[in-house]
Amino acid sequence: MAAPAGSAIDLSAALVLAPAPLADWLVILPVVWCLTSGAVLLMLRKNLHIQPLLAILALAVLVVLDGLLLWRVVDGGPLTMVMGRWLPPFGIAFTADLTGALFALFSALVALAGGVFAVQNIDGSGRRYGFYPFLLLLMAGVSGAFLTGDIFNLYVWFEVLLISSFGLLVLGSEPKQIDGAVKYAFLNLVATTLFLIAVGYLYGLFGTLNMADIAIKAAERRADLPLMTLATLFVLAFGMKAAAFPVNFWLPASYHTPRIVVSALFAGLLTKVGIYSLVRVMVMLFPVEREELSFVIAVAAAATMLLGALGAIGQSDIRRLLGYLVVSGIGVMLAGIAVGGPGVAGAIFYALHSMVVMTALYMASGVAGRLSGTFDLNGAGGLYGRAAYFSALSLILFLSVAGMPPFSGFWPKVMVAKAAIDIGAWWLAGSVLLTGFLTMIAVGRVWALAYWRPSAAPAGEGAGAGAGPGAAVVLPLSALVLVTVLVGLFPDPLLSQIQAAATLLADPSAYVDSVFPHGAR
Amino acid sequence: MNTVIFRTLAPFLTALMLLFSVFVLLRGHNEPGGGFIGGLIAAAAMAIYGVARGIQPVREALWFHPMAIAAFGLLLACVAGLVSMLAAVPFLTGLWIYPSLFGVEVPLSTVMLFDLGVYLVVVGAITSIALALEREDI
Repeated sequence: MAAPAGSAIDLSAALVLAPAPLADWLVILPVVWCLTSGAVLLMLRKNLHIQPLLAILALAVLVVLDGLLLWRVVDGGPLTMVMGRWLPPFGIAFTADLTGALFALFSALVALAGGVFAVQNIDGSGRRYGFYPFLLLLMAGVSGAFLTGDIFNLYVWFEVLLISSFGLLVLGSEPKQIDGAVKYAFLNLVATTLFLIAVGYLYGLFGTLNMADIAIKAAERRADLPLMTLATLFVLAFGMKAAAFPVNFWLPASYHTPRIVVSALFAGLLTKVGIYSLVRVMVMLFPVEREELSFVIAVAAAATMLLGALGAIGQSDIRRLLGYLVVSGIGVMLAGIAVGGPGVAGAIFYALHSMVVMTALYMASGVAGRLSGTFDLNGAGGLYGRAAYFSALSLILFLSVAGMPPFSGFWPKVMVAKAAIDIGAWWLAGSVLLTGFLTMIAVGRVWALAYWRPSAAPAGEGAGAGAGPGAAVVLPLSALVLVTVLVGLFPDPLLSQIQAAATLLADPSAYVDSVFPHGAR
Repeated sequence: MNTVIFRTLAPFLTALMLLFSVFVLLRGHNEPGGGFIGGLIAAAAMAIYGVARGIQPVREALWFHPMAIAAFGLLLACVAGLVSMLAAVPFLTGLWIYPSLFGVEVPLSTVMLFDLGVYLVVVGAITSIALALEREDI
């Protein structure tokens, strides 16, 4: 509304009148930065040579922004900015707490690694189709989902990342990719629709979409609202997004079809957005309902992790095998959410670990496939003799994904298993351990067949024989491996933040205070 | 579709619709209308021109690739939000200036810049889709 200048209206009833210092902008900047640089890259779509350079620069800035945000949140607690300075809950709030900031930082790291890896993996036609703009817009969606404090806005960011992921998925337009994309698109749309229905129902019940507001109202009016129905709908919708059993089948059916760097980014980012939303909604907003549903979630978790690991053993295509490992990891995170309490910290830790390691594993599988000329385990072999350093990196990743110490997969599994034992759920702890064992068999098989076994073809044959992996490939892979090793060896700094994040989720009063300062509502 | 009457009339119709789309865009500031619906009208104009004359004339008339237009719109919308940073108010807060043009006070705002961004995104995206469909048709 263009009010004439100088009219006297009391604005404090509708607007936040406190000035927004530059530090507050950190909560929105990751999203705006991704959108802006994505738009610029889209305008420069035909300049194929400067695309990777600009995109990597933009992603590096994103890492810095997310790092600053995390530093600010660790230092000063949750950070809120309400769009258009409308008073919450009417304005759309962006609220970054420790959980959101940690997820955002790790997703940015993974995206940066993916951007560097793509220099070699995505050819000219992929760039012309817009790989880099899609990547930046995907990151806008992912960052937005992690940082928003409004549940309908969360749905919007889901759509943003979903649409970008469709674009990435069909990059190249091969029939096999279209087939994978149709399954992916249809089932994800079903999940998103369920999510939207749940949000509509929630709005009908509470009359608000602001998460802090919902947290307060849910605690006040739990007795006379049908919150169980609502919570069940959310669990189903986010479970489908996260690829939990029995709605996990879309993931192994589609993740092996796109370019390898796209698979890597999807495996690292997309399912974790589902897990993050589940943590945000079920642990922070509806803790009592989570407690009620914990047995259902726990059964789904055990089935997800065991079937994922068994599926991985049954595959001979490395990329399909990794798809099942993604699913299996989701099971462990769900187990943490089902157990609650210290298990939530385990779930968050496992999600961060899984972002890094699954992305790196897909990248490694791409390199392995190129070196041996096939993704099929039966035809591969001799990688160790051909590229020893790369094989060492892969071995670390294999051990990390199976949860072997001293790598990053070990600690969260211990946390989840211990939390399960503490509440007496022996079977859940047992299935976490059994999953680790089965995963070890699955990745051990890859190691033995593709890496350790002497090459079936005589040396000098095959697509990439002789040429080792280039620097653009080894560099991001080494960086991600370094992260998993460092986190595994020195888990304390990260662990203390994750535990603080889980505490903040269990008692969201700091989150609420950040949205509604001085208790004003 | 390809009659003489249609081919002769289409450019005029297109020009009229484009003009109307800008009118709807600006009207949307305080009354029904706005960037989205204005953009749709402009995209419809492009589609009519494309049906009558083929896609190549549309591409030439647009000068820029439709996707680049959409991207520029997105950039404008982001910039409209980022202007708030200079005024120390939250993202996307509406800011007005009232310059005087030839003795008439013209209210300009970041809200309008944002709406212009929406307009360009819709024009670019929908035209791009329409041209792609048209091309597959032949």
